[in-house]
Amino acid sequence: MATQLNSIETLASQEYKWGFVTNIDADSVPPGLNEDTIRLISARKNEPEFMLDWRLKAYRQWLTMKEPSWANIHYPAIDYQKIIYYSAPKTNKEGPKSLDEVDPELLATYEKLGIPLRERELLSGVAVDAVFDSVSVGTTFKKKLGELGIVFCSFSEAVQEHPELVQKYLGTVVPHSDNFFAALNAAVFSDGSFCYIPKGVRCPMELSTYFRINAKDTGQFERTLIVADEGAYVSYLEGCTAPRRDTNQLHAAVVELVALDNATIKYSTVQNWYPGDKEGKGGIYNFVTKRGKCLGVNSKISWTQVETGSAITWKYPSCLLLGDNSVGEFYSVALTNNYQQADTGTKMIHAGKNTRSTIVSKGISAGRGQNTYRGAVKILKGASGARNYSQCDSMLLGDKCGAHTFPYLEVKNTSSSVEHEASTSKIGEDQIFYCRQRGISTEDAVGMIVNGFCKEVFRELPMEFAVEAQKLLGVSLEGSVG
Amino acid sequence: MGNPILEIKNLHATVGGKEILRGIDLTVNAGEVHAIMGPNGSGKSTLAQVIAGRDLYTVTEGEVLYEGQDLLALAPEERAQQGIFLAFQYPVEIPGVSNLYFLKAALNAARKRRGEPELDAMEFLSLVRQKITLMGMEESLLNRAVNAGFSGGEKKRNEIFQMAVLEPRLALLDETDSGLDIDALKVVANGVNTLRSPDRATLVITHYQRLLNHIVPDYVHVLAEGRIVRSGDKSLALTLEASGYVGMEELAETAQ
Repeated sequence: MATQLNSIETLASQEYKWGFVTNIDADSVPPGLNEDTIRLISARKNEPEFMLDWRLKAYRQWLTMKEPSWANIHYPAIDYQKIIYYSAPKTNKEGPKSLDEVDPELLATYEKLGIPLRERELLSGVAVDAVFDSVSVGTTFKKKLGELGIVFCSFSEAVQEHPELVQKYLGTVVPHSDNFFAALNAAVFSDGSFCYIPKGVRCPMELSTYFRINAKDTGQFERTLIVADEGAYVSYLEGCTAPRRDTNQLHAAVVELVALDNATIKYSTVQNWYPGDKEGKGGIYNFVTKRGKCLGVNSKISWTQVETGSAITWKYPSCLLLGDNSVGEFYSVALTNNYQQADTGTKMIHAGKNTRSTIVSKGISAGRGQNTYRGAVKILKGASGARNYSQCDSMLLGDKCGAHTFPYLEVKNTSSSVEHEASTSKIGEDQIFYCRQRGISTEDAVGMIVNGFCKEVFRELPMEFAVEAQKLLGVSLEGSVG
Repeated sequence: MGNPILEIKNLHATVGGKEILRGIDLTVNAGEVHAIMGPNGSGKSTLAQVIAGRDLYTVTEGEVLYEGQDLLALAPEERAQQGIFLAFQYPVEIPGVSNLYFLKAALNAARKRRGEPELDAMEFLSLVRQKITLMGMEESLLNRAVNAGFSGGEKKRNEIFQMAVLEPRLALLDETDSGLDIDALKVVANGVNTLRSPDRATLVITHYQRLLNHIVPDYVHVLAEGRIVRSGDKSLALTLEASGYVGMEELAETAQ
C-alpha cells in the first residue's frame, strides 16, 4: 500500500511540453492600468467611439468592484498595476492580411504546438483563428466560410468590418458590469474571435481558436462572441497553451454565445495553460467568464470542457435558457495535479417553458491538487415543465489531494424536476494490481481508469479533439503513479 | 525429471509483519496440473499472490524460478507478459473501461513483449469471439465495463475467458470454484481443460474437492500454516473430502 501511495505522488512529476518561449519582437504598452491605458489600447486598434465608451464604462465599474473571494482557491493578491495589458507581435501596422504576411517565427510556433496554420488551411476541415498574446495572427478558411455568409475572424477585425453586429451583441450575455474579471476584460480586452452564422446555415467545418500567451508579465484578455442566427448550427473548439515561467500570469477571458430560434452552438475547450511546476511555482491564473444565452425557441447550447492546465482555474460556463424548449448542456473534465486548484462548474438558469439542462462533471485530483465543482441550477417561476439532470463525480489519486462539490439548487416552479447524483472514488491498489497482473503497466492502468471515468464527457468532444484530450490527460498524470 | 515451469524453494513471505508462508517447496512441470488444498488461512491465496507479484506481501526468504529465471525480480506486469495468469478469487471491477478494451491492452502488452505485432481491433475481435463462445458467454459482455455489475458467477467466468484469450504458460486459479453453481463450474472447468497442453501448467487453489472432479489434477498438495504438509495424487483430494482438514495443523507442527 505504501509503495502505491508513493508511486501516486510521483505521477505528479510531469513535463509540460508546451512551455517554450518564442523570440519575437513585441509591441507592448507599459505595465499598469488607468484610463489612458484603455484609450491607448482602443486607439491602437483604431476602434469606433462606441467601443471606447463601453471600455471606459467597464473600467469605471471595475474600480468600484471587489475581487471575488467565495471560490475555494487560494493565491497571493494580484497586483493589477504590474500587468502589461497589451502586447502584440510586431508586424506591419495593419495586422496580417493573409498568412504570407505572418512572421515565419510565429507560424513555426504554431507548428510546434501541433497547429500548422498553413497545413490546416489546406488539409483538414478545421478553420483556425490563432491568438498570440493579445492579437489574432491569422484566421484560416475565411474565404470558403465567407461564401456561406459565415463571419469568422478576429474580434478586432469584426469591430472594423461588422461594427453593427458587434454593437448589437457585445455585452448582451456577459454585461460589462457582470463580475470583477469580466469588467476588467471588457475594459482591456485586446482581441479574440468573432463568429456569426447566418440564418439557416449549418457551418460545414469545426471552427477553432487557438490561444497562446508568449510575452512575459502579460495578461491575456481575449473576448469571444459567437452568434448563431435562426436555424444555424456551429461547433467551435478552443485550445490554449503558454510558456513555462516562474511568475504567475493572469488570463481573464470572456466568451459570449447567442443562440436564436432553433439554433445550436456546441463549444468545446481543451484548456492546457501552463500549470506551474511541481512545487506550485508559476502557472496561469485562469479567471474566465463563459456564458451562453438560448434566446430563441428550441435553441441549444452545449459546453464541453477539458481543463488540465492553469495553476488556478475559476470558470463556470453557463446557460441562460430563455427560449421555450431550449436546451443547455455542460460536460466537464477538470484535472488538478501538483498544486493546481480548480473551482469550476456551471449555472443553468431555466426561464423558458420545458427547458432542459444536463450537467456531467468529472473532477480528478492528484498530487496536492484541489478540485471543486460549483454548480447552480435555477428554475424560475415561469419555467413550467423544466428538467435538469446533474451528475458530479470525483476521483482521487493519492491522499494529499482534495475534491469538493457545491451544488446549489433553486426551484420556483412546481411542475419542474431536478435530479442530482454525485460520487467520489479512488483508484484502488487492487484495481492497479489487477491491471498489472494482466500485463498492463501502472501508468497505462491509471490512464485507462481515468479515461474510463471521463468517457461520458469525451464522447461529447469532436473526434480529433477527443483523441487529443485523452493524450493530454495521460501526459498530465505522467509520473503520478510509477 | 520433467521440464519445470515453476520451482519454489523454501519460500517465506509476510504480510504486515506476520509470516504467512513458512517454507514452501514446490516444483510444477510443463503439462502438469497441481491442486493446492487446505483450510482457510493456510496461505493458499498468499502463495498465488506472491507468485503473481503483489507487493502487499514481502518475501523474506527463499526463491522462485519461472522457466529457470528469478521470478521475484520481475514486476507483476512483466510476469504477466511472460505468461503467468492469476484468476482472482475476487475479480476487481474497473468502471468505465470495457472488457474488450482492457483485454486488448493486456494481450497486446504480452505480444509486444514477445516481439509479435500487436493485433488490430478487427483481428482482436475475431479472436475474442471464438473464445467467448467457448465460455458460453454472451457477446454483449465484451462491451460492458470490466466486472462492473457482474454477478459472482459472471466474474469468475470472465476470469477464465480472459485466461482463454491470453493463453498463459502458468495459470493460477485462486478459488475459482467458490460461489459457482454446478453448471457454471462445468463451464469453468471446461475452459481450463481446453487450455491443458504439454507445454503449459496449472495451479488450482481450492478449498473443496468438487472442482477436482472436473479438473483432474496430476498432484494434490495440502497446505497448512504456511507449509505443504502432504502431497499425493488425485486420491488425496478424496481422502480429504472424507476426513476434512482436521489434523493437518498438527502435521504442520511436526514438520517444524
